Amino acid sequence: MSSGQVVKRVKYKATVKDPGTSGVLKLTQEKFVFKPNDPTSNNKLDVEFRFIKSHKHTKEGSGKPPWLNLTHAQGSYIFELDSFADLHVCRELVGIALSKHVQGEATKVISEEQLSSAEMTLRIKLLQEDSKLQRLHKELVASGKLTESEFWATKKKLLDQDESRKLKQRIGFKNSLIFDTKPMSDGRINQVKFQLTPEIKYQIFTLKPAVHQAFLNFVPSKMNEVDFWNKYFKAEYLHSTKNAVAAAAEAAEDEDLAVFLKDDEILEIEARKKVRRVDPTLDMEADQGDDYTHLPDHGIFRDGSKEISEAQNSLYKRTLLQDLNRQGAVVLEGKTLDMEMENPRTVAEILARRKQESDEVVGDEERRNRISKMTPIEDLQSQDDHRYAPLCIKDPRDYFDFQQANAVKTLDDSQPGMEQMMCSLGSEEAYGSLRASISKIQTTGLRDPLFSPEVALKVLHGLTKNISSSKYHLGKTSQESVLDILPNTTKEKLLDHWVCSQELLRHYWSSYPVTTQNLVNKTRRLKDSISQIYSKLEEIKVSAQSDLRHQVSLVVHPMQQALDAALLHYDADIRKRNARGSKSNGYV
Amino acid sequence: MKFEIDDVTVYFPYDNIYPEQYSYMVELKRALDVKGHCLLEMPTGTGKTIALLSLITSYVLSKPNSPLKLLYCTRTVHEMEKTLAELRLLHEYQLRHLGPAARILALGLSSRKNLCINSRVLTAENRDSVDAGCRKLTASWVRALAAENPSVPSCEFFEQYERAGSSAVLPPGVYTLQDLRVFGKEKGWCPYYLARHMVQFANVVVYSYQYLLDPKVAGIISKEMQKESVVVFDEAHNIDNVCIEALSVSVRRQTIEGARRNLTRMRQEIDKFKATDAGRLRAEYNRLVEGLALRGDLPATDAWLANPALPDDILKEAVPGNIRRAEHFIHVLRRLVQYLEGRLDTENVEKESPVSFVVSVLNHAGIDQKSLKFCYDRLHSLMMTLEITDTDEFLHIQTICDFATLIGTYARGFSVIIEPFDERMPHIPDPVLQLCCHDASLAIKPVFERFQSVVITSGTLSPIDLYPRLLNFNPVVSRSFTMSLTRDCICPMVLTRGSDQLPVSTKFDMRSDLGVVRNYGRLLLEMSSVVPDGIVCFFVSYSYMDGIVNTWNENGILKEIMQHKLVFIETQDVVETTLALDNYRKACDCGRGAIFFSVARGKVAEGIDFDRHYGRLVIMFGVPFQYTLSKILLARLEYLRDTFQIKEGDFLTFDALRQAAQCVGRVIRSKADYGMMIFADKRYSRHDKRSKLPSWILSHLHDAHLNLSTDMALHIAREFLRKMAQPYDKTGGTGKKTLLSQEDLQKMVISGMDDMMF
Repeated sequence: MSSGQVVKRVKYKATVKDPGTSGVLKLTQEKFVFKPNDPTSNNKLDVEFRFIKSHKHTKEGSGKPPWLNLTHAQGSYIFELDSFADLHVCRELVGIALSKHVQGEATKVISEEQLSSAEMTLRIKLLQEDSKLQRLHKELVASGKLTESEFWATKKKLLDQDESRKLKQRIGFKNSLIFDTKPMSDGRINQVKFQLTPEIKYQIFTLKPAVHQAFLNFVPSKMNEVDFWNKYFKAEYLHSTKNAVAAAAEAAEDEDLAVFLKDDEILEIEARKKVRRVDPTLDMEADQGDDYTHLPDHGIFRDGSKEISEAQNSLYKRTLLQDLNRQGAVVLEGKTLDMEMENPRTVAEILARRKQESDEVVGDEERRNRISKMTPIEDLQSQDDHRYAPLCIKDPRDYFDFQQANAVKTLDDSQPGMEQMMCSLGSEEAYGSLRASISKIQTTGLRDPLFSPEVALKVLHGLTKNISSSKYHLGKTSQESVLDILPNTTKEKLLDHWVCSQELLRHYWSSYPVTTQNLVNKTRRLKDSISQIYSKLEEIKVSAQSDLRHQVSLVVHPMQQALDAALLHYDADIRKRNARGSKSNGYV
Repeated sequence: MKFEIDDVTVYFPYDNIYPEQYSYMVELKRALDVKGHCLLEMPTGTGKTIALLSLITSYVLSKPNSPLKLLYCTRTVHEMEKTLAELRLLHEYQLRHLGPAARILALGLSSRKNLCINSRVLTAENRDSVDAGCRKLTASWVRALAAENPSVPSCEFFEQYERAGSSAVLPPGVYTLQDLRVFGKEKGWCPYYLARHMVQFANVVVYSYQYLLDPKVAGIISKEMQKESVVVFDEAHNIDNVCIEALSVSVRRQTIEGARRNLTRMRQEIDKFKATDAGRLRAEYNRLVEGLALRGDLPATDAWLANPALPDDILKEAVPGNIRRAEHFIHVLRRLVQYLEGRLDTENVEKESPVSFVVSVLNHAGIDQKSLKFCYDRLHSLMMTLEITDTDEFLHIQTICDFATLIGTYARGFSVIIEPFDERMPHIPDPVLQLCCHDASLAIKPVFERFQSVVITSGTLSPIDLYPRLLNFNPVVSRSFTMSLTRDCICPMVLTRGSDQLPVSTKFDMRSDLGVVRNYGRLLLEMSSVVPDGIVCFFVSYSYMDGIVNTWNENGILKEIMQHKLVFIETQDVVETTLALDNYRKACDCGRGAIFFSVARGKVAEGIDFDRHYGRLVIMFGVPFQYTLSKILLARLEYLRDTFQIKEGDFLTFDALRQAAQCVGRVIRSKADYGMMIFADKRYSRHDKRSKLPSWILSHLHDAHLNLSTDMALHIAREFLRKMAQPYDKTGGTGKKTLLSQEDLQKMVISGMDDMMF
C-alpha cells in the first residue's frame, strides 16, 4: 500500500444486473485501470480519479458480494472483488485517492476563476498583513475544512477594497516645489551633490518640457546623463542667484546651458494654445486687444501703479511666481503615467508620446456652454422641486429614519411580487412608503416570523441572566470581561475557537439551501468540523479549573448553542431530504 | 416674471427678484423719465446688470415710437461677454412672452484683434499689428490696386462683405464677439466691419469705456450715435482714472528715436511722390487751403484713430499756412522732436503748466500754439496722402502729434512733468516727459452733453457725493442701496494683529519687517487649513507680492501652504494670468482647493469674479494706497484741492478704500453665495479709513470684528463656515422678505412703496 498501487482480480459490472466481465483492476492514487481477461472485450477502462465523485461499497455480512461502487457523472462503475479483505484494501486506496482529488478540485476551481498572479499576490499580502486571518486560513483551508475559493468568497470585500483602491486612484504629484531641490554639501570641498530620484526627474520633465526635449535630444548622443543633470543644476543655480546678466553671459558661452536658462518655448506655445480654450469670462488676453489707451505712450505712464520691469535680459529671468503657476498646473493635470520610473530615457519617451495623444482641442461650443452655464443667478430662479430631501442633520434621528425608509425600499425591491417603488424618495414619499409597509404588515402579518416569540423570550432571558451574573461576579470595572480572568492559554484557545466557529457557521448557513452536489459535500465537511470544534469546546469546559469552570461554561455556552443549532439543522435537513426521497426540483 | 413699474411692464427673466433690484429699477426709471443722468451704487452680487438690462429693454419696448438705444460700457472684454450672455437670457425670455415684437439687435464691439477671422492677419502678435495687417489688405488704395492686379493680396472676407453691400446685415438677435466671428465665417463677411456698420442700427451695443471716453476712438466709432441713447457705465468706480488716462500722453527716449525714423521715412515718401505724382501733394495743399483738414467722408477702412482732443475743442477752421505744405510740416515736426529731446535731457524733475510749455516751445522751436493744435489732423491727412498702410510703424510720430495737439488745445487741467528717472530705481536713467490730465470731467463731458441719460453704477461708489464733483455733472438720481440679506452671508473682519499679537500693516516702515511678513504668512496658512475651496489674496502691489512670496518661500511657509492648497499667481503676463485663473477655477471645481494671489488695482481685481466656491475667503493684505511719491499723483492732488476743495488725504483714502472694497466685493454674486473678507492691516480699524467702505460692507462689520488677531479670526471663520453650510429659507422667512415673487411684488405695490425696506 505504501507503494500506492493495488492490483486485484475483479469482475466489472456496468450495472447491478450485469453478470460482469472478469479481469484485472489496477488502482493507483491517480487513476484506475481495468483490463478484461478477454482481450477482445471492449470493456476496457482507464479512468482518472478526478472524474470520480464518490465511492460506495457493500458491507460485510449484508449478504451481498463484495462490491466497490465508484460513482461518476454519468453513472457508476461496479467492481466485484474476490473477498471483503480485498475490498477493504481497495476501499482504503480509493478513499485516499478521492480525498486527494477533493483538494485537486479546489485548485481546479481557482484555476477556473482564472486567478491572476496579481490576485494571488494580493491574497498572500492580505494573509501576511493580518496574522489572525492567516491563522484562520491555516486552520480552515490547510486542514481541508474549506477550500481556498470558499474561504475567499466570504472575504470578497477585503479583496475588492484593495482592487478598487489600486485601480481608481492614481498617485498625483506632491504639491511641493522641486525647483529648489536642495543640494548636499560635505562642507570640506567646494562641491555640492544633488540627490535625484526617478520621481524628481519625472517631475522635472513634466514641469519643464524644454528640459524634457533637451534630454531627448542630448542624451545619450551628445552627453551622458550625469553631465546633463550637472548642466541642469548649474542653470538652476544661475537662476537662483537672480542675476540675469550673469545668466545671459553664461548662456552666450555655452549653448547647451542656454537651453535651460531660456524661457520655455514649448510652454509658451502650449499656453497660447490653451488660452483659446479658456472661459471667455476669464480671458484677459482679449482685453489687451481692446484697450485703446494701452497704445504705447498713452495713458499715465509713471504714477507708481505700473510696475517697473527691466527690459533687458528678461529672456533669462524666470520668476518664482511663474514656477508656482506651472507647479499648480502640473499638479492639477496629474500624472499621466503609472509606472515604475527606472530609466529616465524611457520615461522621457513615454511622456512625449502621451503628450501627442492628449492634444485634442475643445471646440468653441464648450467655451460657449461654459459661459452660459455661469450666467444665471441661482437663487433668483424658481426652486425646481428637488426630488431629494436636502441633507440636513438637525436631529440625527430624522436622518436615520430617512435611511430606514431607504432600507425598507430596497428590501421591497428585492422581494418579487411586491410593487416596484420609485427609485428616489422625497421625505414625504419616504414617510408614505414607511406607512404603507407598516399597514401592510399590520394586515398580513410578517411573512415568516424570524423567531417565535417564545424563543426570543428565552434568548433574552438567557442573555440577561448571564449579563447580570457575570456582572455580579466581576463587580466593578466595566471594561473587564469574563475573558480577562481566565488564564491566557485558555483565553487564546477560546478566542481562536470563537473566530473559527464563526467562520465555519457563516459558511455553513450560507450554503443553505443545498442545491448542488458541491454544497452537499461542503455541508458535510462543515458539519464534521463543527462537531470537532464542539468537542474541543467541551474539552476546554471540562479541563478548566473548578473555580473558573462556571465562567468558562458561561462563555462557551452560547458558542455551543450556535453550533448545536447548526448540527440540529443539518440532521433535520438530512432527514427531510431522505424522507422526500426523490430528487426532484433540482435538489440533489 | 412680469411686473409693472408705473406705466412700464418690466420683463425679468427670473421667477424671483431681490427687493433691491426692484427699487434699483424704480430709481433708474425715474432717471429715464426725466431724461437725466444718475449715479447708483448697489452691492456686488445683487444682480445689477440684469436689473439694468431688463428695465431699459422693457422701457424701450413700452415706448415703441421713441426708440432708445442702449450703449452699455464695460471695462473689459470678458465683462462684455458676461453682459451679452445675460442679455441673451433676457432676450430669450422676452421673445417667449412677447413674440417677435420683442426682437432686438444687440452686439458687442471690440477691436480687429478680437473680431478678425482672416488667418493671415491674425498671426500678428499684438493689436496694432493686427490693425496694420488689416489696413494693408483693405485700405482703399490697396483695394483699388488689387482690383487691377490680382496678385496684390486682399482680404476675401472684406471683399465679400463689400460685395454684399446693403444686404450685409445682421439679423436680429444677441451677438457676442464669438457669435459675430461665427456668423462672419458662415457668411464669409468680415465681422469687424459688419459690426462697425451694424452699431448704428443696433438697439443695444456693448463695448469698452474707451469707445466713448477716449476721443481718439470715440471720434471714429461713436460719433454717429443718436442723442436718444442711454449710456451705462458698469463697474464705474474707476471711471475717473479711465477719463484722465484717455487724455494723457508721455514721451520717452524711444518715442523720440522712433519719431525721427518715421519722419525720415515720410520725407522719403514725399520725395518719391514729388517725382512721380506731384499732383497728389498739390491736391492735398489745395484742400487744406480750403480749410478741410480731411477729405470729408473717408471709407471706413481708411479711418485712423481720431483727434485726441475732444470734439468741441477741435477748431473748425483752415490749417495754418506754415504747415500746409508737406515738407514744411515735416520740418515743424523735426523741430518739435528736437525740442522735446532737449527737454528730456534734464537732471531734475520739472513740472510746468501747459501754457508756459507752449510759450517755451514758441520761443525755442518757433512753433505757435495754433500749429501745435493742428498737428494731429495734419499728420493724419499726410498719412492718407502718402498712402501709408503700415500704421503700426508710425505710432511714435503719432504720439508726438497727440502730445502737440493736446498741449495746444488745453490750457488748464493738465500739467507737463519731466522726470529723469523712476524714483524707485534712481540708478537707471529713463527720462520721460508726461502730459497728464488731472481733470476727469474733461473726457466725460461730451458724453454727458450728447446723450440724454448716462447711468454710472458700481458696487463701490462710496462716498457717493464725490463722483459728481470729480466728473462735474448733476445727477437727477443719486442713491446707494444696501443689501438685504437673508442671512449674514458676508463676514468682513479687520485683522490688526498676527498670531504673535503684534500689529500687522503694509505701512512703509513696517512693510519689510520679517515679523509682519511671517504673521501674514501664518494667517494665510491657518486660513488655508480651515476654508474650503478657493481663497483669494490681494496685495498692494506687484513688487510687494513678489517680495512677500519669495520670503514665504525662503522661510518655508509657502511649502506648508502648498500642502493645503494649490497656489496660483497673477503675473504681468496676461496669458499666464489667464491660464492661472483657469487652473484656479479647475482646482476649485474638482475639490482640490486653491489660493489665488493677486494685486489690488491689477487686471484680476478689476474684472474677475470669485463667486461661490471660487472664493470663500478674500484676504486684503494691507491698504492699497497709491504710490504717494509719484509726481503725477501729487500734481493731481494739488489740482483736486485747488479746484474741487478735496483734501489730499481724503482723496487718497477714498481711492485706497474703493480699491479694497472692489477687491473683497468679488466674492459675492448672489444672496445664496457666502464669503468672508479679511482686511489685514491695523489701519483698517481706524474710523477715518473704515468709514469710507461701502455701506453694505460696513453694515456687516460687527464691532467685535474690528480688532482681531489671527487666532480669533480663525475661530470666527470656523463658526461662520459651519453656520453657512446649513440650509436656509431663501425667501427670508417671516421677517422682511429678501426674495420677492411676482405675488409679493404685486402685494407690495398695492400697499404702497412706503414700507419698502430701504
